[in-house]
Amino acid sequence: MAMLTRDLKASMAFVERNFNLTKRYWGWEVAWLVYSVAGALAVTLIGESLGDERLLLVLVIGTIFWSYLAIVFEFIAEAVQWERWEGTLEYTFMAPIRRHAQLLGAAFYAVIFGLVHTVFVLMALAMFFELDLAQANWGTVVAFTLLGTISFIGIGIAASVLPLMYVERGAQMVFVLQSVLLLVSGVYYSIEVLPEWMQFISQFSPATYVLDGVRAGLIDGVGLDELLHDVWPLLVMAVVFIPLGLWAFGRAERYAKRTGRLKRVG
Amino acid sequence: MQTGLEPQPKTLTDQRPSAVEVPQVALPEADLTVQVDVPAELPALLAEHVTKRFQVGRKKRPVMAINDVSLRIERGEIYGVLGANGSGKSTLIRLFSTLLTLDTGRVEVFGKDIERDEMAVKRMINRVSVDAAFFKKLSPFENLAYAARLYGMDAKPAKAESIRILSRLGIAEKRLGRPVEQLSRGMQQKVAIARALLTSPILLLMDEPTTGLDPRSKLEVQSFVEQLRDTHDATIVLTTHDMDEAQRLCRRIGILNEGRIVAEDTPERLKALVADDHGQEPTMHNVFMTFTGRSLDDDVEDDSEDEEE
Repeated sequence: MAMLTRDLKASMAFVERNFNLTKRYWGWEVAWLVYSVAGALAVTLIGESLGDERLLLVLVIGTIFWSYLAIVFEFIAEAVQWERWEGTLEYTFMAPIRRHAQLLGAAFYAVIFGLVHTVFVLMALAMFFELDLAQANWGTVVAFTLLGTISFIGIGIAASVLPLMYVERGAQMVFVLQSVLLLVSGVYYSIEVLPEWMQFISQFSPATYVLDGVRAGLIDGVGLDELLHDVWPLLVMAVVFIPLGLWAFGRAERYAKRTGRLKRVG
Repeated sequence: MQTGLEPQPKTLTDQRPSAVEVPQVALPEADLTVQVDVPAELPALLAEHVTKRFQVGRKKRPVMAINDVSLRIERGEIYGVLGANGSGKSTLIRLFSTLLTLDTGRVEVFGKDIERDEMAVKRMINRVSVDAAFFKKLSPFENLAYAARLYGMDAKPAKAESIRILSRLGIAEKRLGRPVEQLSRGMQQKVAIARALLTSPILLLMDEPTTGLDPRSKLEVQSFVEQLRDTHDATIVLTTHDMDEAQRLCRRIGILNEGRIVAEDTPERLKALVADDHGQEPTMHNVFMTFTGRSLDDDVEDDSEDEEE
């Protein structure tokens, strides 16, 4: 119990630090929010212009949920890279904290920040469109959001290994990975329009199942029991990705300490 | 079996029975002591046959950054590691800081092995690096609060301690709310020292803490280290390429050249060792020249040391 308390306390270091960074970079946060809103509107207005309400909802859901999942992924995957840029990586890594506490803190703030950011985007969209969500099954939406969050935390942790191992190219690799997830997950279209090999890759993206499940729940009011084909892959990913990511992070840290890669700045 | 997470003699309020009490280094006004649960005869730092190589490029031979270094640093001692740029000083500090793994050899901090008991060692040490590494947009307060939480301290007492330590270093409370990037290099280094002392380390690793500072800031930092030496039982490992600084602050000096300790003793004894080679009273410059065959006067001030890739 004492160990858990200590870990939670240590996690708060990252939550508080990231909150302070958000405050200090508030101008950039506002700029980024404006960009997100503009991007969301630019995409969803395509549905509006075609007069297709279902397409509009598909695009709104894709925009909103990708915005949230991408933030969760970025905040965790780039946690190491941020510290490289700031030059604080060594200080953090020599502190007496366990890595899961560090990554838990990063993940917790990512989820809070992602939710707040997404609510703002949603509010902006709501001002432009009259969204008909009368049939929505909110239980399904919450369940898929939760499962998707856990899966993306796991992928984010696994991806954060890249900047730890590759001083300069790691952040670029994370960016490419995020781009691939965006492309194959059916954010703005059905994955059926993708080439077969991309459809194969899409099976390994949790966003594919999250978006499918949320769309079914929000647009058609489908319950969780009818969406088990989307639930079980997410469950597996949630269970596998986090421990796998933590294990990989531990190995990468050892490698970085052996090769002196904690020191270098990207 | 030790997990490395057992309570360690870090916090200011730890009242467990102990064999030895080491006065808390940073806070002379307060009646605070750090309890050390180790026998008095244990050295603060013991390194035996430590070696570290780095692979620089795929087809090149590994670079030997640290070559069979052995050290024994006693509790309360300020030990200087004197060496040119690229001699391996920062690598040595990084090895002691658990930021690098050893290729061979072993290192103990107050009897704890830095690899087997890594977490326990981390609780006992802190480091001031040549570059005051901060979140530059955050204020000193915010950076110190982050450090305090990392080391398990509560925010409120940590803030009070921060103010006290920083005022001791000549930084007024009103300056602590501004972003670190708005502070001078000297100020930043003082905040870095305060951050290290805040966590009550019983072994402080100072890696060229005065490099790049203006003369006044350099003197202030040196004076502060002197105060620690004179009024407290602080154990400090200090790397420098400043001969006068090493002589002024350190009880013993190890001269590091190409990853090897080539000489080690008190400044006076080191000078006595080379006295016969010089017609006049030898200086630390003479000592360094004699043991390394080079002069530090030509040394370029950069931190592009030896490790990497």
